Amino acid sequence: MCSYITERAGMSGSAKGPRGWARIDQANVYYDHPYHAPLDHSLNIDFLGGQGEEQTRVAVEMSAESARALVKAILAALEQGDAAHPVEAGR
Amino acid sequence: MTYEGMLAETLVVRGHGGDEIEAYYARPLGAGPYPGVVVIHHMPGWDEWTREVARKFAQHGYAAIAPHLYSRSGPGSPDDVAARARAEGGVADDQVVGDVGGCARFLRAQPYANGKVGVIGFCSGGRQTYMVACRLPELNAAVDCWGGGVIVDDPAQLNDKRPVPVIDLTPSLGCPLMGLFGNDDTNPNVDQVNRTEEALKRHGKGYEFHRYDGAGHGFFAVDRAGYRPDQAVDGWSKVFAFYGKHLTGSAG
Repeated sequence: MCSYITERAGMSGSAKGPRGWARIDQANVYYDHPYHAPLDHSLNIDFLGGQGEEQTRVAVEMSAESARALVKAILAALEQGDAAHPVEAGR
Repeated sequence: MTYEGMLAETLVVRGHGGDEIEAYYARPLGAGPYPGVVVIHHMPGWDEWTREVARKFAQHGYAAIAPHLYSRSGPGSPDDVAARARAEGGVADDQVVGDVGGCARFLRAQPYANGKVGVIGFCSGGRQTYMVACRLPELNAAVDCWGGGVIVDDPAQLNDKRPVPVIDLTPSLGCPLMGLFGNDDTNPNVDQVNRTEEALKRHGKGYEFHRYDGAGHGFFAVDRAGYRPDQAVDGWSKVFAFYGKHLTGSAG
């Protein structure tokens, strides 16, 4: 891709990185060359929290197929959650 | 047996606006004279592979410096810094010109330098290579490895940081240019490579393009599925022949 095209999603949650757990407030999502995964292109998500030097980043790089499977799994889990108990919204 | 050795290290150079930026520098241990090469990293950042490329040039008798173009988005590990730079919309073309120019000055200032400096870049760095070759007349040779975005088909790609289609700078290209491309690449695709070549011809520029069947984007990268050993070995031989001709004065 070699582009800077990045999708952004606001987040409310936590992620565990090298310095332990931290709050995250944004996810940057892009399909481009990975840094680590042995793929030509990958779906990359940076879970971010905070600003500047104290910013937390938890990164994942996965194949497009993996990403689609993940999306399905997330939606399925949410549906199951909806059925069992109302999913918290707007937080 | 002839002694061989190299020194490879990180250091700080003056880049655009006199800013101090990080760089990785590899050079043969010897009196020289050695030509210089500025290695422009690809979009994922100032990674291990970029350093390997610098050391490869040192192995072949070049002093090679790879500036960390995302330095200003640091500190942090190169991948974290690259993610931050990406979130900021990437680096500005003017800044890249200043950073590469600073590296060229650093190379020429070394006592073992032969005074000639080339540039090579990969992926987004291929586009930046084409750009700096058009904007820095002091460069002696440029190698664009599958640089996407030289041709801008979607005006939305232009912004304050990258305001001008690089192809429009072709009349100012000041040194011989070599391009390496995979015919299965989608960015740049074959049509875009054709149009780039047409512009070079139209403006009477010295260039050589090598296009590889069975290869896509980034086919030099040994740790990616797109690695193509035959094409990569041939491509590297073309790079060293090109630099041998234009930076050392002797082919090979």
